Amino acid sequence: MATPGDKLLEVEHLYVTFATAAGAAKVLDGVNLTIRAGEIVGLVGESGCGKTTLANAILGILAGNARAEAGSIRFAGEDLSAMPRRRMADEVRGRRITFIPQDPFGSFNPLFTVGAQSRELMKWKSPLRAPGQGRGIAGFFARYPRARRRADAEAIGQMLRSVQMPDPAAVAAKLPHEFSGGQRQRLMIALALLPQPRLVIADEPTTALDVTIQAQILKLLKQLAKGRGISVLFTTHDLGTAYEICDRITVMYAGQEVETAPVDDFFGRPHHPYTVRLLESLPRPGRELREIGGEIPRLIDPPSGCRFHPRCARASEICRRERPPVTSLGGAHEVRCYHPIEAAPA
Amino acid sequence: MSQPPLLEVEGLSRHFPVRNTFGWHTGALRALDGVSFEVRAGETLGIVGESGCGKSTLGKALAGIHAASGGRILFEGTDITACSAVQRRSVAPKLQYCHQDPGNSLDPRWTVRRSLAEPLIVHSALTARERNARIAKILEQVGLPLTHLDLYPHELSGGQQRRVGLARILTLYPRLVVLDEPTSGLDVSVQASVLKLLRELQAAFTLTYIFISHDLSVVRAMCDRVAVMYAGRIVEEAPTETIFAAAKHPYTLSLLAAIPNIGGRRITDTFVLEGEPPDPVRPPSGCRFRTRCPRAAAVCAGTDPPLRRIAPGQAAACLFA
Repeated sequence: MATPGDKLLEVEHLYVTFATAAGAAKVLDGVNLTIRAGEIVGLVGESGCGKTTLANAILGILAGNARAEAGSIRFAGEDLSAMPRRRMADEVRGRRITFIPQDPFGSFNPLFTVGAQSRELMKWKSPLRAPGQGRGIAGFFARYPRARRRADAEAIGQMLRSVQMPDPAAVAAKLPHEFSGGQRQRLMIALALLPQPRLVIADEPTTALDVTIQAQILKLLKQLAKGRGISVLFTTHDLGTAYEICDRITVMYAGQEVETAPVDDFFGRPHHPYTVRLLESLPRPGRELREIGGEIPRLIDPPSGCRFHPRCARASEICRRERPPVTSLGGAHEVRCYHPIEAAPA
Repeated sequence: MSQPPLLEVEGLSRHFPVRNTFGWHTGALRALDGVSFEVRAGETLGIVGESGCGKSTLGKALAGIHAASGGRILFEGTDITACSAVQRRSVAPKLQYCHQDPGNSLDPRWTVRRSLAEPLIVHSALTARERNARIAKILEQVGLPLTHLDLYPHELSGGQQRRVGLARILTLYPRLVVLDEPTSGLDVSVQASVLKLLRELQAAFTLTYIFISHDLSVVRAMCDRVAVMYAGRIVEEAPTETIFAAAKHPYTLSLLAAIPNIGGRRITDTFVLEGEPPDPVRPPSGCRFRTRCPRAAAVCAGTDPPLRRIAPGQAAACLFA
């Protein structure tokens, strides 16, 4: 077991392109991302910035027309991009890395009870299952040993209680439509935590929920992840929810991470012009709204140099010509900019 | 304040029938249950609440999309729930409803030009040339280039579609616009530009807004007064600053406590409200919030608290407010 603080996931210089009818779209353009053991990392950005693509690349479920051109994804010491597909499916995806989807309505099978779906999950992804167990002809006769089935059923009951769904037996007998959105998201969290993963990727898990339910779910997720030492990659476009739950935040813009910092540092002293403008566009009392201006660039022919330069007030000649490298501004604060903003804006 | 309010709503209800498998009428979903408020010309009234609280039903009832089951809506002094269809249609240009999702409410097979011309064809006697001039002017005011007139909705971004949706209702120069979740599903930077545009349009066209939203920080930035809804009722109504500084209803306080507060204490440490809104077909007896309320007492189950004045301009429906 890794101790807290060790690097659990390291994505380095990842390039992913999508073949489209209009040409190759460079959706991820040399992205770096680090998640330490037990850490909740927020991946923040507007729609189309590549955060879902990055999450999918980590899980190895990129779309058919997408191709990882270069870069590495190291998870617990192993390179996921070089791992055989079968091993990835058997031991990593849904087992050591699990996923909480954005939409709790569309992610359950409407025809099976919650209990049947969680038993099916545990049959293949239980932490008690040996790698490869249940596969092939031998597996056909000894698919799901009774002792493991009992232990798994016990684990399901406990997990339902820990996501604050009282009466696990009644919950397991119900169909997904009998639950409200908030309850379904609780069940999703339960399913994501049942395989005892090292890393949970939560893709905008609260956008479909109301504020009071969102607050409950954020609280639950944070408490469960911290209590079990699980790392979370929390993608969101909502800076407010990122503030609530994350230890560290990475902002993406047009396929690149532009700023990474611990959460208080991030909101207190943002350095990248895009981050600053993004924070200013949040409605806050006593301050005029400011829009960023301009549009998100097309990823088929992105701007040369820094991808933000056409919308940036601080852009100079070098920004148009060369892409800025990632520089450290002391501590864990990293920024991809030639002219980072030094002082906090008034 | 001698001027009469532009819109007066008195005891407005909208019940949807609930039927069982055999089509028997077995009950009613009380989406709106006795809602009363006023809107004065030129102000922005925010309606906030969680999904299912009836805020969209309220907007649609005001716009005439849903017929009211009870109560009155007085627009410029005339009761628009009781008037004939012909009279109701003459009110429509002045009272417009802006749909939640313009991407789905614009006809995908119509160009922007045709979508913008339709309300003018229905409600005005303008010639084709006058219509085109009006459309061009409005399009400029919502910040879209004239070249977009011949595009189809799918060729526009989400923010641009919202602008077209707004242009479509503004072509008739309305007095009151019901905005149903005008920024939901938008990125923050696009949201900021849409909110700015809404303010500019309000000044340019002297509009009155009813601003329906679940996002309290947006409501705070946009509205003069706020009405908070819970399970088909208004539970608190007050000027925006009062709501955010001195709210009295426990539900309003819980809503405020649930907003992420950047730079402040984390809600994941402080938030306490448990449970979810009640089933609107079988609401709890007495106060509808009592099942989740931290201050609920035995008396709350027996009495349905009315919305009553508790301070100048502030009203709350709570026995302990």
